[in-house]
Amino acid sequence: MTAQAPDAAPKEDWRRHKKMERNVALFGLAAFAAVTIGGIVEIAPLFWIDNTIEKVDGMRPYTPLEQAGRDIYVREGCYVCHSQMIRPFRDEVERYGHYSLAAESMYDRPFQWGSKRTGPDLARVGGRYSDEWHVQHLQNPQAMVPESVMPSYSFLATRELDAGDMSATLTALYRAGTPYTKDQIAKADADLKLQADPMGDAADLNKRYPKAQVRDFDGQPDKLTEMDALVAYLQMLGTLVDVNAAAAQEDLAKEKGR
Amino acid sequence: MESIVSRSGWWLAALFFSIFAIGAAADWGFAVHMGIFAVAALVGLVISLRSADFKAAADGLLKVPHDESRYDDELIRYGMIATMFWGMAGFLVGLIIALQLGFPVLNLGLEWTSFGRLRPLHTSAVIFAFGGTALIATSFYVVQRTCRARLAFPGLARFVFWGYQLFIVLAATGYLLGISQGKEYAEPEWYVDLWLTIVWVAYLVVFVGTLVKRTEPHIYVANWFYLSFILTVAMLHLVNNANVPVSLFGSKSYPLWSGVQGALVQWWYGHNAVGFFLTAGFLAMMYYFVPKQAQRPVYSYRLSILHFWSLIFLYIWAGPHHLHYTALPDWAQTLGMVFSVMLWMPSWGGMINGLMTLNGAWDKVRTDPIIRMMVLALAFYGMSTFEGPMMSIKSVNSLSHYTDWTIGHVHSGALGWNGMITFACVYYLVPRLWDRERLYSLRMVNWHFWLATLGIVFYASSMWVAGITQGLMWREYGADGYLVNSFAETVAALHPMYLLRAFGGGLFLVGAGIMTFNVWQTIVGNLRDEDPLYQPKHDPAADRPLTAVPAE
Repeated sequence: MTAQAPDAAPKEDWRRHKKMERNVALFGLAAFAAVTIGGIVEIAPLFWIDNTIEKVDGMRPYTPLEQAGRDIYVREGCYVCHSQMIRPFRDEVERYGHYSLAAESMYDRPFQWGSKRTGPDLARVGGRYSDEWHVQHLQNPQAMVPESVMPSYSFLATRELDAGDMSATLTALYRAGTPYTKDQIAKADADLKLQADPMGDAADLNKRYPKAQVRDFDGQPDKLTEMDALVAYLQMLGTLVDVNAAAAQEDLAKEKGR
Repeated sequence: MESIVSRSGWWLAALFFSIFAIGAAADWGFAVHMGIFAVAALVGLVISLRSADFKAAADGLLKVPHDESRYDDELIRYGMIATMFWGMAGFLVGLIIALQLGFPVLNLGLEWTSFGRLRPLHTSAVIFAFGGTALIATSFYVVQRTCRARLAFPGLARFVFWGYQLFIVLAATGYLLGISQGKEYAEPEWYVDLWLTIVWVAYLVVFVGTLVKRTEPHIYVANWFYLSFILTVAMLHLVNNANVPVSLFGSKSYPLWSGVQGALVQWWYGHNAVGFFLTAGFLAMMYYFVPKQAQRPVYSYRLSILHFWSLIFLYIWAGPHHLHYTALPDWAQTLGMVFSVMLWMPSWGGMINGLMTLNGAWDKVRTDPIIRMMVLALAFYGMSTFEGPMMSIKSVNSLSHYTDWTIGHVHSGALGWNGMITFACVYYLVPRLWDRERLYSLRMVNWHFWLATLGIVFYASSMWVAGITQGLMWREYGADGYLVNSFAETVAALHPMYLLRAFGGGLFLVGAGIMTFNVWQTIVGNLRDEDPLYQPKHDPAADRPLTAVPAE
């Protein structure tokens, strides 16, 4: 009798759990409730907290050619070895440039921050190397960087860019939330070709997409290849926002939680 | 008869739809995938039309008892074979991509064999194909035994198993064809995701249905883990794969979540794929098979309640530790870090409950190689669930993130915990499912154990060295105040570590190869003529009384 007394109270609690063990619906509901809370608390605020939804000067949706290049980047799984997220450390900022802002990936569907740097970060690789360097490097990485372990992507230079219906692509992105205008969607197919055309009307494209670079990217002016698209994408990475401009610095100073 | 007609009708409709979709396909990859769908529908059609003959043929091959007084184990037998097949495929691709990092020429210059496409193939093959098939098969085995009831909805259960295999084939071929959503561990495109959703809901129905028709009053602890695994994976999968397809007849789609929101949704998914797929599901396996093999009851009922609820509640919060020092707000990072550190305790609760189950049977670690595998699995579970919280501390993470240390951490968990516990369960199940006296060879299990263990040691330690080297070289400053190393120099420094890692992976693969042979021979019905593993020594010459010897 006395030996059982100290055990009596906790046993009651365990008995309550036994009730749940006899009822599938109750158990399932309790387990589901337990696993939903964390996600809601952490994820939901990101849709209205300032520094995750703020717009920074210079950000615009991708041009059709850049988006086509980005699709190739995703298709080839570049994100498994290259990050696009510079952390606010002295060595990273000196190596790769200003640390990445949340707003800089606001039109990234999907985001490509990556989780591993087998190769260097690419968040601000745009404009750091020439187009010729990129073309040769993608065709034979070891020719440019002997230590590199990157695969060769020479097939990109020979394959014609088959981006499909670019208006449909931009429409899908629009439906997902990227603010393309009707004008941009209507001219998507023409803009795709325009951007890689050395004789293209850069001023016209820049009206729809400020800072868009118009030229032949792959060294084959008569052909629109997958290489054109991928190099166009790489050459614009990190070039849209002037992080060193006074206005941007002021925005940064106001930004909390970094 | 009516059911045969209606079933074939459904298959025929699916076949026609797939053929139509091939014609309407917007891109080549989508057409190939619809072709695979069409083949699957055709197989389904043929099987339903000839169901009587076909079943008899399958019965002859796999010795299926169509007997209500026996458990429904046909699928579990297929599951064992599929688990071994996907395991070998996944490990082999892992070895290939490990060698590609050592020797880039092995990428062959072809798009289908480049690292970027093979790496998702490796991760999906080991996690979703090898692990997922093992989870479905063992959950069907365990839920029947612990409920003392046959599977509810046997037809639906078959759909779950074969539908899941189709999902794997679609996902794997998709990666090689370049069909990818571009999110780690969630690469399959929208229509494959939809297919998995259907399969997964059916899985939930079969599992819960079997729980409902149980004849035991209580739901056994292993089923709590299986249930939470199925429910949570459904939630994660649906939210993370909310996409807008470009065309209903094309493979490409774009996610609703972009940028920072997309990153957190992805890692909320990604980390809990680890938490619920690779942890809760495999703990369920542990809670059934360790007590069975040790022939001891689970150590503590109260500890299992405590660690189950705290584990599933805490795990969900830990995702942001994949995004330390990124553009994700600080408070979310810190929250993720704090919950990750707290997660250490319930994780070790599971390890302690598993290890202490051996109380009174510790001698079996010496005599039973299957128990030894289970103990090693639990030890690696404990090790990696300590390493994980440590790496989620922001100051540690600033060094370890983006490096091979993460890869080493993942593999000590995946090879050590998931791999070893799955091997142990397969070794436990195969002789029972095919009604054999014992495994073909226990000595081969012993060889497998040591090869795998040595392989993991090589793998984990080379990646620790590689990761820390990489992290330190990236941040090294000289006396002149400039960065010392170019990125290329850090790549060159890792070359020997990559080779050691591939060697470790090779050992692990050889061990799995021995297992495949052993399992195959067991299924065929052979018994290897071998000495038992442990036998007390007997020396007849020494077996005599000591007698006094007269002095010279």
